[in-house]
Amino acid sequence: MDPALLQVKNVSKHFGGFTALAGVSLDIAPGERFGLIGPNGSGKTTLINCISGSLRNEGGSIHFSGSEISRLPAYRRTRLGIARSFQIPRPFHSMSVLENLLVPSAYVTHLRDSEGEAKAMEILADIGLADKAHALANQLSQVELRKLELARAMAAKPRLLISDEAMAGLAGAEVDEVLKILFDLNAKGITIIMIEHIMQAVMRFSQRVVCLDAGKIICEGPPTEIVRNPDVQRAYLGA
Amino acid sequence: MKYWIGAVLVVIAAFGAALSGINEYFFYAAYIVLTFVVLSTAWNILGGYAGYVNFGTGAFFGLGSYSAVVLFKALDAPLIVQIVAGAAIGAALGFGVGIMTLRLRGIFFAIATVAILFIMETFMVNWRYVGGATGLQLLRPEVMAPFGSYTRMLFVVMALLAVIAVSIARYIQVGWIGRGLRAIRDSEEAAECSGVPTLRLKLFACVVSGALMGAAGAPMPMYLSFIEPASSFSLNWGVSALAMPMIGGTGHWIGPVIGALLLGSIQQIVTVTISNEINVLVVGVLLVLFVVLAPDGVVGLFRKWTRRFSR
Repeated sequence: MDPALLQVKNVSKHFGGFTALAGVSLDIAPGERFGLIGPNGSGKTTLINCISGSLRNEGGSIHFSGSEISRLPAYRRTRLGIARSFQIPRPFHSMSVLENLLVPSAYVTHLRDSEGEAKAMEILADIGLADKAHALANQLSQVELRKLELARAMAAKPRLLISDEAMAGLAGAEVDEVLKILFDLNAKGITIIMIEHIMQAVMRFSQRVVCLDAGKIICEGPPTEIVRNPDVQRAYLGA
Repeated sequence: MKYWIGAVLVVIAAFGAALSGINEYFFYAAYIVLTFVVLSTAWNILGGYAGYVNFGTGAFFGLGSYSAVVLFKALDAPLIVQIVAGAAIGAALGFGVGIMTLRLRGIFFAIATVAILFIMETFMVNWRYVGGATGLQLLRPEVMAPFGSYTRMLFVVMALLAVIAVSIARYIQVGWIGRGLRAIRDSEEAAECSGVPTLRLKLFACVVSGALMGAAGAPMPMYLSFIEPASSFSLNWGVSALAMPMIGGTGHWIGPVIGALLLGSIQQIVTVTISNEINVLVVGVLLVLFVVLAPDGVVGLFRKWTRRFSR
């Protein structure tokens, strides 16, 4: 197996007396499609906040392509190649869709505006938002906002894309649309961590799935095994 | 290019006016209006572009004034040195406020800036060297060669400061720094995850904004031939510096300029024709009207009209 692109070792995080993460370790290989599941409050978003730098982990280490990143501010991690989308879309609402993408292209890839715009239009075309390029971000529909989240993450030229519930609340056909976008990105060599509640989507997408419960990994394996795992069934159904 | 020609013309016009025979009172009033141009432009760099609302403009302004007074009293420093010192001290306070943004956002940041204002005022009230609560009378030095009076000279100095402030604000707005600041205003977390070094940009905005406010305050004691803490650190500076960009439009560098010229002039006219107290009322009423009816200010109204005409 290739050396891991992302190596999370024994990471923990507390909020006051609440243990959000209790020693989580995982390795993610370059080019992998990785699924992260778990019931509400199990620590999924906390874990990816620690990876992307929105939160600092308390114990353990996080290595990205060989170097320790857990003390770097989030913007440095983005520049190294970790991009994410947000569970609740956080567009730059006073800017157009195109301008949203020009933020990472100015700050991460350091493109001049003319080059950045060309690159951004390519990304928007791939993701199916090209016709909305000049619309203000606050005029978009839910599914368009999810796409914008992904498009803006892509404009940072990531090697690792973390998709935090990009499909939550979307209708069936829209889920398929977003799923196809993620498959296409993966085909271009981008490693993807997908956090999702929609089981069907995670199971179709992921090569490997980890299930978190109460801040601990309760099982890990290919999707077919995960759904049959009694611990996972207990965590989700409370049976 | 067009901008720079305009900027040079403004400076030349100010210079020409100061040498002409226009009534002295004009310069006395115009100086205050220009001070507001600097203050609201400076406020807008942090408040308009980055979305951090600063109510403590008076803290920066007053500190600039007091820096000038200390230098004047201790070393007889010339005006230019006083202004540079005011800018430096304003920048230093700006850096401190920038560090605060690490923990304080939104309303909490705004409240903290008010607290800074009161701390500064209390400090000066208790500092004997600069006259404490009663203040200090200052003797203006001799006016420099081409100018007929000290007020005329201060008017040209403030016009120059205004052009510098607006040029800096414009430079920030149109470039990558402005885009980063707007991203911070819209969503700080998303900005950081889009590669924007949010802390550094906020520090930069705070330092530049603070420096300009401090510089604007430095010539004030010479303008009044007097300094005292209550008016130097008045909350009214902060309210005006916030209201003017809101009325003019916060997204564009011209917004605070329009707001300051409009509101500043109305205030001056009202002061002469009606009363000094009604000043504050005018600010309040206009602010409410604009926030309700034209949230994007005069610039926003103008854009709406041009769009309607182009159709």
